[in-house]
Amino acid sequence: MRQLQRPVAIVSWASFETPNEPARNEVEMLLPVVQEALQKAGLTQNQIGFTVSGSSDYLQGFPFAFVGALDAVGAWPPIRESHVEMDGAFALYEAVNVLQEPGIDTALVYAFARPSRGELDRTLVLQLDPYAVAPLWPDARGLAGLQAQAMRDSGRFGDVPDVPATTVADGATAVVLAVGARARELTDTPVWIRGIDHRIEPAALGVRDLTSSPSAEQAARSVGVDDVDAAWLHALYPHQELLLRSALGLHGQRVDAKAGPMMVGGLERFAAAAAGISGGASKRAVAHATSGPCLQQNLVAVLEAEK
Amino acid sequence: MTTGPAVTGPEVTGPVTIVETPIHLDYSYTPGVAASRFLRSLERGEIVGQRCPRCKKVYMPPRGACSMCGVATDEELTLSGKGTVCTFCVTRIPSPGLEAPYVSAWIRLDGADITSMFLVQECDPEDVRLGMRVEAVWVEEADRQPNLGNIKYFRPTGEPEAPYDDYKDYV
Repeated sequence: MRQLQRPVAIVSWASFETPNEPARNEVEMLLPVVQEALQKAGLTQNQIGFTVSGSSDYLQGFPFAFVGALDAVGAWPPIRESHVEMDGAFALYEAVNVLQEPGIDTALVYAFARPSRGELDRTLVLQLDPYAVAPLWPDARGLAGLQAQAMRDSGRFGDVPDVPATTVADGATAVVLAVGARARELTDTPVWIRGIDHRIEPAALGVRDLTSSPSAEQAARSVGVDDVDAAWLHALYPHQELLLRSALGLHGQRVDAKAGPMMVGGLERFAAAAAGISGGASKRAVAHATSGPCLQQNLVAVLEAEK
Repeated sequence: MTTGPAVTGPEVTGPVTIVETPIHLDYSYTPGVAASRFLRSLERGEIVGQRCPRCKKVYMPPRGACSMCGVATDEELTLSGKGTVCTFCVTRIPSPGLEAPYVSAWIRLDGADITSMFLVQECDPEDVRLGMRVEAVWVEEADRQPNLGNIKYFRPTGEPEAPYDDYKDYV
């Protein structure tokens, strides 16, 4: 696997989740989460070298909503900042890469979403091929149903659970990363990112075998998940947990699988894994995040306690 | 290889250059806690702003957070509804509901650290000046809604022009 030139650790995190945030807007919901994560690391925003967020303006129904979210971090004087229109876990992946540059030692990663304000199953249609697929409006749960049925038909998975309603939850997660000695300064229990890889399958559902997850398999092979004792998986539906267990070669390890708020749930898996490791429940674990229809994209990381 | 029916006719021979795929999504918009309090204050005929606890700047409308400091703005204060014209524009073509010429101005409300755009009326557009002191004119109490439409426009107060230093950072 590709080694990180500069070792990166998760040093603090904070998360908030509710089925339906009724009154606060995205910034009001995000701000206390960002502040909690920064406070736990003993940092202020002006000590953060790189800030990156994951969210989708389509969930808010508001162009450049991710720019408005910068109110929650205080981008003055101007900060070095980036955004991915994806789950915050993929923003964390960008941060890990930026932290390979000398001179940048800390990063703040955050994600936020309030899908309860819109029609999540329909909104997710807009991530599909806009010419041949999206006009048919195959909703997210429907596509998940195709995958579950394909798994059933393959006969390789035993009982494949029915596909429940798509999880609709509002929330925010923030994670602070730091490099090497700086991480040890900021916490007694840094959670080291030993490897991280992101693989993507074709956007066209028809060319994929939905009963396997080659992107998760390849990412797992690249980071080396052989000797983990636990896994925090980002499964949007129960049948995806079966597929991921198989793709990641998990047998007997403790598995915590969850969907969480769209665009937030993957980063929350990193926060949950870090909490498990720093709290002593695990020594070395997988943190996983997915994006796109039917596990199209997979991000796999191996996190480890300080030895 | 299987073949379908022959595709013929002038209308199907050229490349497709346009595909229309209508998209419609419904959202319920939530202004947020700070903006809700602001909108409710407008319903009462008041203008409420919020002060940043760190840099002390007053936001109007309040956003619940100071975008420069990244902290929550909890302290609320009621502004007088008077302000100063910091910059303006005379439009000489009509807009829906507005006869030309009309004046749009960035107005800094007294006590606020952000300017907002309002109409200036009840005076000749030629008489509008930077530094002109103005006050809000509200719609009738019975017609008030929780939105900025409650302020019909600003009109001159007749006070002397504000000194340049008062608004030079907002021009």
